[in-house]
Amino acid sequence: MTTTVTTHRPRPAAQPDSLRAKRLPRYAAPAIALAALLVAAAVVYGTGIGGAVLVVVVGALLYLVGLFAAANAVEGRRSARNRTWSALIHSAFVLAVLPLASVVWTLLSNGVDRLDGNFFLTSMNNIGARDPEGGAYHAIVGTLEQVGIATLITVPLGVLCAIYVVEYGRGRFAFAIRFFVDVMTGIPSIVAGLFVLAFWVLIVSPWFNDGRPSFSGFAAALALSVLMLPTVVRSTEEMLRLVPAPLREGAYALGVPKWKTILRVVLPTALPGIVTGVMLAIARAAGETAPVLLVAGGGAAINFNAFENNQSSLALFVYQQAGDASRYAPARAWTAALTLVALVLVLTIAAKLLARRNRLGR
Amino acid sequence: MGETPHRSADAGTGGTRVTQSHEWPAGASARVAEAPVSTRTPGGSGLGGGGALPRARKFGAERAFRGLSMAAGAAVLVIIAAIAIFLIAKAVPALRADTENFWTYEGWSPNETEPKFGIGTLAFGTVLSSALALLIAVPVALGIALYLSHYAPRRVGTALGFLIDLLAAVPSVVFGLWGRDVFINPVRDFSVWLNTYFGWLPIFGGDGPFGRSILLGALVLAIMVLPIITSLSREVFLQTPTANEEAALALGATRWEMIRTAVLPYGRPGIIAAVMLGLGRALGETIALAMTLGITFGISFNLIQNGGNTIAANIANAFGEANETGRGALIASGLVLFAITLIVNITARAIIYRRREFTESAA
Repeated sequence: MTTTVTTHRPRPAAQPDSLRAKRLPRYAAPAIALAALLVAAAVVYGTGIGGAVLVVVVGALLYLVGLFAAANAVEGRRSARNRTWSALIHSAFVLAVLPLASVVWTLLSNGVDRLDGNFFLTSMNNIGARDPEGGAYHAIVGTLEQVGIATLITVPLGVLCAIYVVEYGRGRFAFAIRFFVDVMTGIPSIVAGLFVLAFWVLIVSPWFNDGRPSFSGFAAALALSVLMLPTVVRSTEEMLRLVPAPLREGAYALGVPKWKTILRVVLPTALPGIVTGVMLAIARAAGETAPVLLVAGGGAAINFNAFENNQSSLALFVYQQAGDASRYAPARAWTAALTLVALVLVLTIAAKLLARRNRLGR
Repeated sequence: MGETPHRSADAGTGGTRVTQSHEWPAGASARVAEAPVSTRTPGGSGLGGGGALPRARKFGAERAFRGLSMAAGAAVLVIIAAIAIFLIAKAVPALRADTENFWTYEGWSPNETEPKFGIGTLAFGTVLSSALALLIAVPVALGIALYLSHYAPRRVGTALGFLIDLLAAVPSVVFGLWGRDVFINPVRDFSVWLNTYFGWLPIFGGDGPFGRSILLGALVLAIMVLPIITSLSREVFLQTPTANEEAALALGATRWEMIRTAVLPYGRPGIIAAVMLGLGRALGETIALAMTLGITFGISFNLIQNGGNTIAANIANAFGEANETGRGALIASGLVLFAITLIVNITARAIIYRRREFTESAA
């Protein structure tokens, strides 16, 4: 039966039905799935080696085998492979959606417990293990200040670097910069934190802090800007390359110097794309825990001064509350995590929507 | 009327100005053409009777701006070099104080009067958990990427792709919290089940407690790198030339055969690069692993018993009570991590750059 199907012998056109390869009926796939589940349930519960989850897993495997066998018998080997792979690809999708949906669900259901005014208006100062109150005001202040300072450092530096690479750079030097910007993308956040710890906290800051290392929000901002820089450079670079050459040439033809052309013509044209890249970088930086843990010191009190004394951040707050022994700490950790995710997602979505409206879009 | 006599008078009295304005363009154009500033400017040919072109000044705004941008570019190289230099500067004293072999000693007690610490177990844990995570994540991620690019309806694919991009932005501390509080329960059940029926395999052996194990860490890590690998490889798959795909289909290929013969070979360098970037992310992941691994020191292939540790997680956990030498020791371990990720990243980038040349020449 298989052979007649797979080898298409030329036949007279008078019999259109025989030209069409035989196919499994529509009900075959669900029927095989049902049978596989039933067999799996019988085997698993019969031998008593597991529960419902194992039934589904064994059932899925049996379904794949059964589907392959049935399709192989009716439609031929190539089609059987096609069906099996497409079932595998679909199941990969289901497999990945489950944990990710679980993350979102627990975040929402656990996070709303403490989602009240008190959480956003108080700090953890003088909050003992038995106090159910306490909030993340100090952490939110820390996150905003650190990310703000990091943005102020990174944006001019990153945009200028991208301008050099795109507009001026030639030869080995520019290539080296591009390559190392790419490499810098992969620097682990903890290494950036250690770098700022070694460079700023332990070596530079003792000079103006009576010889003692000073942990501060500014140090965290430095570490975050090391992490943000490659993202900003890369996105700016891509946007600058998308600016049409006739715009530049028009400016040159009018006698505008190159630097003025870049500042007045090229940058404004690329601006929406650059802003998108910056916002994505900010979103990534706001969620970083490790560097802040190493160089900002953390702290329970509100500290508006990023240049002196310890500061906390939202991500660090989540980490600290998760490790806290108080029975009220987990609720605080989940609410802070929800706040952090909301902040990051709002930034990311805004950036993506901005990118969609961008006229230079790819 | 008042202007004309002045001009003619000027011309009549020797015309210094006029002759100057005739000499100017020639000299200026030569100078401008030599100056590196205008390598790309279309001006500077000296043609046209528009009169004088501005002279290229030595300390003009153009030079200043160019210098500024060049300095910003150089800053990137300086930062990378500074990372290496400062880490080495702080690591060396601690390494000198280490009374055991840094590469082979199993343990981490650098805060005592006789500091003893070794990177071996940590490096082993880092590599093991990352490799395991990629082993789980890569097939699933490629499956999702193929589903989004070639199986799902276009609208669904775009919307879900957007969602995956959003998930890539979720901070790692959130995944760590979820892994520690929620995901640990199914993983513990699974570990007990594995131990009951596959306990004869050394990787699933032991007699508990189970839960905060390499398996949990690797699974959380896999879920974290999944969106990254997916979104990168989805973009690569979407770039497959439609002509190649249609050619395969026109020759009678099934959809899977089309993917195998047209999409996967075209996307292979991109897939490799995406996997390497995911590996880089997994190697450097700190907080999620610090929250999910049960911190132990010792080289063990057992996946399900409490234990496991990585370089980054150890830095986060041990930093709180580290003294001067302890910090140096942690910085030394960070240096090793930096070296590992640098190698992985440079390899990945080299692959991407090779591909970029390939696609440009093909276009």
